[in-house]
Amino acid sequence: MRLTLTNRNTQPRLRAAFSLGVAVLLVAGLIASQWLLGDAAQQMQFDARLAPPSVDHWLGTDALGRELWARTLAGLALSFWVGCLAALLSTLIALSLATLATLSARLDALVSLLIDTLLSVPHLILLMLIAFALGGGTQAVIIAVAVTHWPSLARVLRAELLQLRQAPYVRISRALGKSRWFVLHGHLLPHLLPHCLVGALLLFPHAILHEAALTFLGFGLSPSQPAIGVLLADAMRYLSGGYWWLGVFPGLGLLLMVLGFERLSSRLRSAL
Amino acid sequence: MLKAHQLRFQFANSAPLLRALSLTLNAGQWLGLSGDSGAGKSTLGKLLAGYLAPQTGAVTLDGAALPKSGVQPVQWLPQSPELAVNPRWRVGKILREAWTPSDAQCQAFGVQPSWLSRFPQSLSGGELQRVCVLRALAPEVRFLVADEISTMLDPITQLELWQALKREAEQRQLGVLVISHDSALLERLCPQRLHLSDGQLTSI
Repeated sequence: MRLTLTNRNTQPRLRAAFSLGVAVLLVAGLIASQWLLGDAAQQMQFDARLAPPSVDHWLGTDALGRELWARTLAGLALSFWVGCLAALLSTLIALSLATLATLSARLDALVSLLIDTLLSVPHLILLMLIAFALGGGTQAVIIAVAVTHWPSLARVLRAELLQLRQAPYVRISRALGKSRWFVLHGHLLPHLLPHCLVGALLLFPHAILHEAALTFLGFGLSPSQPAIGVLLADAMRYLSGGYWWLGVFPGLGLLLMVLGFERLSSRLRSAL
Repeated sequence: MLKAHQLRFQFANSAPLLRALSLTLNAGQWLGLSGDSGAGKSTLGKLLAGYLAPQTGAVTLDGAALPKSGVQPVQWLPQSPELAVNPRWRVGKILREAWTPSDAQCQAFGVQPSWLSRFPQSLSGGELQRVCVLRALAPEVRFLVADEISTMLDPITQLELWQALKREAEQRQLGVLVISHDSALLERLCPQRLHLSDGQLTSI
């Protein structure tokens, strides 16, 4: 019986550790590839324009003869950084506002109102407006994605904090003369860290997808950058000509990355 | 002197639990409180310790309201020690949250030095309850509300815990409100006993 219980407890952790290991390896490979490839994603070969996948051109080339595999890798690396920074910023906003909500009933009402308002507006419209207002580019995309993605995590963290604030050990800590600040960093925040980690990982695929969508629609990264959204937008112009590889490979790369991180976050959630 | 004057309390959307209830607990006094489940014993304990605010009436300490900050002079000890400690903290950190008990005090309450580096999950309920009781005995504390603190303990551990608390309370003239269903225990510990029923206190 004891053995069964132990297995049940350790299996999700083993799975999560395995997924985390694979993710770290893939991300390290992605980052290393950018360092090793240099400007391969920008090198044009005018004698090999729109070449289909072959031994010489693994994933084919685009209209300017640039290797699609190098551009897809560069796009994924760019998406990874944008997604990372946006998810991190989003988590920080969610945690700060959830903490603010626990300070007084008025602030709680204000934060709840802000969460409900943002959740009621479609993401993409808000993203486009913010990115447009900020003038586009990497920074604008990161800010737009971060500013629009925190509400669902903030709602979870706020609920968790409100519940935890009533826990006997937290009330006792206050009765033992501990300040609000001590209770916050000594009792509440350490309890929230696993939630933040999983929340950030769940935000990450969303952030990547929205960055790609925003760039695809022309409000995001600059067309000169080899972003996945830029590659997909370019591919749209050539799809009717039968140049399928221009859209399929970058799209598949994005899909695999999003699914991989989605799986990693759900495994981490089960383990934690 | 800890005094509850004309306390009235009810939870939202329910009937009044305590109706114009008054109570006095003197320094060094051991007062027993019994009552059926749901009669409001724990609620009264939490009101006395400042964990809840009454709808009407007031709890005063030497004629003044309970302080809003610092170590509270009235400490509440809950029934389940597992819920009273941060599961992410080691026992040593839990014990020293408000003050640092001496080795003699740890020994008196049977708190072993080897427990201090362990996490609370690895201690039994009885062991953890001793830690919680000792933690609550900061020098500023003058009254204790012991809410069924020995219910889940075996008779020997119960005896040891109450003996240690009795010694400490006598030395420091602590007033203790003992809440329990166990009338034999209340008889042994408390010269004065009260029964809570229908929101009112009656003397036994």
